[in-house]
Amino acid sequence: MAETLLEIKDLTHRFGGLTAVSDLNFEIIKDEIVGLIGPNGAGKTTVFNLVSGFYVPSEGDILYKGERINGLKPHEIASRQIGRTFQNIRLWSDMTVLDNIKISQHYRLGYNLMDAFLQTKKYKKHEKMIEDDAHELLEEFQLSDLAHEMPKNLPYGIQRRVEIARALSLKPALLMLDEPAAGLSSSDVSELIQYIQWIKENFKLTIWMIEHQMQVIMSLCSRIKVIDFGKELVTGTAEEVRNSPEVIKAYLGDGEI
Amino acid sequence: MTDIPALAKRNSRLPVSTMAILALFALMVGLTMAGVINKYIQSVLMFIGINIIFSASLNIVNGYMGEFSCGHGGFMAVGAYVSSVLSVVLFTENSFTGQPLLPPGSAIFLFPVVIIIGGLVAAVFGLLVAIPSFKTRDDYLAIITIAANFIIVTLINNIGAVGGSRGFMGMKKSLKAMEAVIDLPYMIIWIFIFVVLSIVMIRRLMNSTYGKGISSIRYDETSAEIMSVNTNHMKLVAFMFSSGLAGIAGGLFAHVMGFVNPASFSIFKSTEGLVMVYLGGMGSLSGSVLSAVIFTLMLEALRPLQILKWVLIPLMLILLMQFRPEGLLGNRELSDVFPKLKRIFIRKDSSNG
Ligand SMILES: Nc1ncnc2c1ncn2[C@@H]1O[C@H](COP(=O)(O)OP(=O)(O)OP(=O)(O)O)[C@@H](O)[C@H]1O
Ligand SMILES: [Mg+2]
Repeated sequence: MAETLLEIKDLTHRFGGLTAVSDLNFEIIKDEIVGLIGPNGAGKTTVFNLVSGFYVPSEGDILYKGERINGLKPHEIASRQIGRTFQNIRLWSDMTVLDNIKISQHYRLGYNLMDAFLQTKKYKKHEKMIEDDAHELLEEFQLSDLAHEMPKNLPYGIQRRVEIARALSLKPALLMLDEPAAGLSSSDVSELIQYIQWIKENFKLTIWMIEHQMQVIMSLCSRIKVIDFGKELVTGTAEEVRNSPEVIKAYLGDGEI
Repeated sequence: MTDIPALAKRNSRLPVSTMAILALFALMVGLTMAGVINKYIQSVLMFIGINIIFSASLNIVNGYMGEFSCGHGGFMAVGAYVSSVLSVVLFTENSFTGQPLLPPGSAIFLFPVVIIIGGLVAAVFGLLVAIPSFKTRDDYLAIITIAANFIIVTLINNIGAVGGSRGFMGMKKSLKAMEAVIDLPYMIIWIFIFVVLSIVMIRRLMNSTYGKGISSIRYDETSAEIMSVNTNHMKLVAFMFSSGLAGIAGGLFAHVMGFVNPASFSIFKSTEGLVMVYLGGMGSLSGSVLSAVIFTLMLEALRPLQILKWVLIPLMLILLMQFRPEGLLGNRELSDVFPKLKRIFIRKDSSNG
């Protein structure tokens, strides 16, 4: 039985007079890797920002595991275990990699201000749990050696990896990746493909990704939605999308496909 | 993995820093009681302590959280007035209630409670800036903090019962009541204790994953929210804790002076706080302590210049921002600059190895 994880219903978002997302519908099924593509400015990132609570939609609903999440604050949505990365990496670049991972466990802190002041048993227990989990995650991502480095001192490709690891410290059921291949060299890109596959299997999650590099989208996604000017063009398999006349038309003159 | 050795190491380290603090405490109280250090040096020491609390608490907001509060003096005023009025009404003959409400000798236990209540009320006043901070940032928030400072000072100026602009006094009598029970240098003792408590609390908070949520706002607030940090909650904690500690500094200040007036807590006071924070380094706790010591001594040295010091202090701020905007210690702690100190003072394992 296919189980719907995320359901987007008639989603519309306007920035003043500009309609960035228009009447969009989408269902994301548990355990799949789905893609969201479209030319520059199509509204892809805006869709992610709507789902993660960064904007409140002008119209429509977003249901996660059957619960309506639009209108919730981003941290409340994160606490429901939706993780994401950003098109332009947004790590806390002046805090250590370890701190980046630890802070992202605020949703399950388990102690309060007084516990921190008094360093109670509860505080120590939860801090240890957070610290241990952070180290475990870094180990899985082969980042242990960099635990005490600042992201600003790391190469771009590694920063991408740290950002994905950070998103996973939310223990998400849904991971949203906004252009994970942006800025990577072609050898890094093929590594990234295997990497995303590994993440899906290893952490047993559903992945929703935006990507311009067709190689990535085509080799990973079981379904792809194409949007342009905030509107849906087609949804289908890689093959269907590639042969769709609307898509070809939308991308005509856009060198990236 | 290596729990047991780590614990053992911890236990052997803990007393060194604690003992150093106790020794300093004994030394200061001992020398004071023996009459070795005169009243002037005592008062300089006490102002250093008060300034440490004042600058370290401002550092929570301006350093760790990266907002720019310029109204910290206002919260100091709240703590100063609340604890002064309480102390006068509870322990001394006064114009409000005539007889003291409690036996004056009880001040010996209740004095710290009175100071803490001043801090708590100041923390509530911290909401004046905490709530706007949910929606406002940077320059706009800075303006709000200045406004908060003005509101508080103007309110006090207009409350006749506490003397308005003439100020309020009588706190020396509370101290006399305490000294009548046992003769101890109470202010030195309590300032020392409150300094240690403030530093320990700030350090514990900022080293915890919880408190690091405050620093995550400084580096990227959007990221913080997306990564499950309740940023409004963290701002509330930061502003209230910060202004609460300023209130405690204010209560102690009022009792050292024996007299307070609203003008002592104007934007000038807030500026002193800014100079100390930026001199020490944003987000560096030991920097705040160090700069509070340097700054207090410098103020004493400049005392003969009187009002001209208000040319020199802002000038210092300008030069600091021009030539060393990161302050003496930048983001680091003394223990990062002198690793040997780390072995002695850093209990929590934050080593790089
Ligand atoms: N905060 C905002 N305010 C106003 N307009 C915005 C805002 N964010 C995005 N837009 C506009 O909305 C449209 C969609 O932007 P969006 O960032 O979602 O596109 P995208 O599909 O992610 O593009 P790209 O592939 O370049 O990342 C664009 O025209 C953009 O200029
Ligand atoms: Mg985008």
